Amino acid sequence: MALQLPIYMDYHATTPADPRVVEAMLPYFTQKFGNAASRNHSYGWVAEEAVEYARTQVATLIGAKSDKEIVWTSGATESNNLALKGVAEFYKDKGNHLITTKIEHKAVLDTCKRLEREGFEVTYLDVGKDGLVDPDDVKKAITSKTILVSVMLANNEVGTVQPLAEIGKLTRAAGVLLHTDAVQGVGKVEFDVEAMNVDLASLTAHKMYGPKGVGALFVRRSKPRVRLVAQMDGGGHERGMRSGTLNTTGIVGFGKAAEIMTREWRDEAKRLFTLRERLRTKLFGALGDLHLNGADDPRRLPGNLNISFTYVEGEAMMMAIKDVAVSSGSACTSASLEPSYVLRAMGVGEEDAHSSIRFGLGRFNTEEEVDYVAELVIRHVHRLRDMSPLWEMHREGIDLKTIQWAAH
Amino acid sequence: MAYSDKVIDHYENPRNVGTLDKDDPSVGTGLVGAPACGDVMRLQLKINPETEIVEDAKFKTFGCGSAIASSSLVTEWVKGKTIDEAMKLQNTQIVEELNLPPVKIHCSVLAEDAIKSAIADFKSKKAARAAAK
Repeated sequence: MALQLPIYMDYHATTPADPRVVEAMLPYFTQKFGNAASRNHSYGWVAEEAVEYARTQVATLIGAKSDKEIVWTSGATESNNLALKGVAEFYKDKGNHLITTKIEHKAVLDTCKRLEREGFEVTYLDVGKDGLVDPDDVKKAITSKTILVSVMLANNEVGTVQPLAEIGKLTRAAGVLLHTDAVQGVGKVEFDVEAMNVDLASLTAHKMYGPKGVGALFVRRSKPRVRLVAQMDGGGHERGMRSGTLNTTGIVGFGKAAEIMTREWRDEAKRLFTLRERLRTKLFGALGDLHLNGADDPRRLPGNLNISFTYVEGEAMMMAIKDVAVSSGSACTSASLEPSYVLRAMGVGEEDAHSSIRFGLGRFNTEEEVDYVAELVIRHVHRLRDMSPLWEMHREGIDLKTIQWAAH
Repeated sequence: MAYSDKVIDHYENPRNVGTLDKDDPSVGTGLVGAPACGDVMRLQLKINPETEIVEDAKFKTFGCGSAIASSSLVTEWVKGKTIDEAMKLQNTQIVEELNLPPVKIHCSVLAEDAIKSAIADFKSKKAARAAAK
């Protein structure tokens, strides 16, 4: 079969819905359209039944003991906001200290910034060169005032899988709640809220082949029972934690996506690992001066490959391979003109951050696509390096660090 | 980000990529920008010492598509101009020609700086030679 262009390799940004998910959703647009909160007729009952079934499907995926521990939201940004603000508000008499890391998603970091303005204290932990949090640092940061630790399961840029089980042991022993933004890791690596002592977990459907606009927050109900203050006022849905008519269609899709993941993730992870290694081996085999950003396996998402193509600027690279959807840590690709704060926190130099490209492989990528992308990238790295004054200086043996660059 | 057709054309078919002998007294080299900022432009102009007309121009650029297109464009523009005329080129002309969005204006500023820097290098070489005589 002929290769179809463009090629999507940005599965960390979002994923297409699996056709099986769409099929499950369809009846809920037109026939089974009831409000799950309508308790007095069959339309409501049908919707409620579907929502409760999906709750079980999502609970099963993350190893939750009870489906009552799943609170539906609009996505992971809302889940992160609800977890952090809700817990901070409820437990503020117990303590005012939170711990997180410098490489969290903005939905966590900016929520923490707001909490700081409201009088909470937040410790932002450093990560190592590989992007990993040291559990020892978590331990040292916990004080008698600490109420919550928030560490992501896997990083969206460099694919680092955090030692959550170790951190969970520490937080449980210290009597501190553990929240994780599990969005990038669920269905890609081992994740079990019981085994890892996770108390709150943010999830979203659109990173796991479900629809956009629906997410969930896992809120532990026993040992310990986690309490939080709702952040939106309304009809008191979701046991008072999140008001708003449930997005039945989206929730059905999320449930189906979770069910597929539960069944298939191990095989899928193996397949993606093989594809990613094929891409990595080809690129490193053909090109010199490449830097891999992030941790080695098994502390790396199987579908993640983040490489700095030194002496080539990331946005120019993306423009060169415009038939391939990837993303870059280069400042030029962001509205703020700031290079990736994740790479900076890992101690990656700004030059390398500007040269970084993130390949995110997923369910529908093929070996043929990987081969095509590898060939394309290799060709254009050569072309752009031939056009790069830095590459020429590097080849002449000039140490670029000795040059007085005029900052602008 | 959607680029103008002119940016894409210059990016995909850059004019005058290359290197001139930086030790040649008639070659002025301008190296502007910084790797940490994500763009570095090197513009080299071969200038006739008698007429002060730019006879050749070459560039190499590390940077985004707009930076590459801006440098490619100025190599075309400065050729055949006297250095006084070349000094008068403004970044706003580059912005207009390439239809650069506001976040890419710094690329055009860099290209203007590169011209000025290359001409300054040529002039300082010339002055050094005159002083040595």
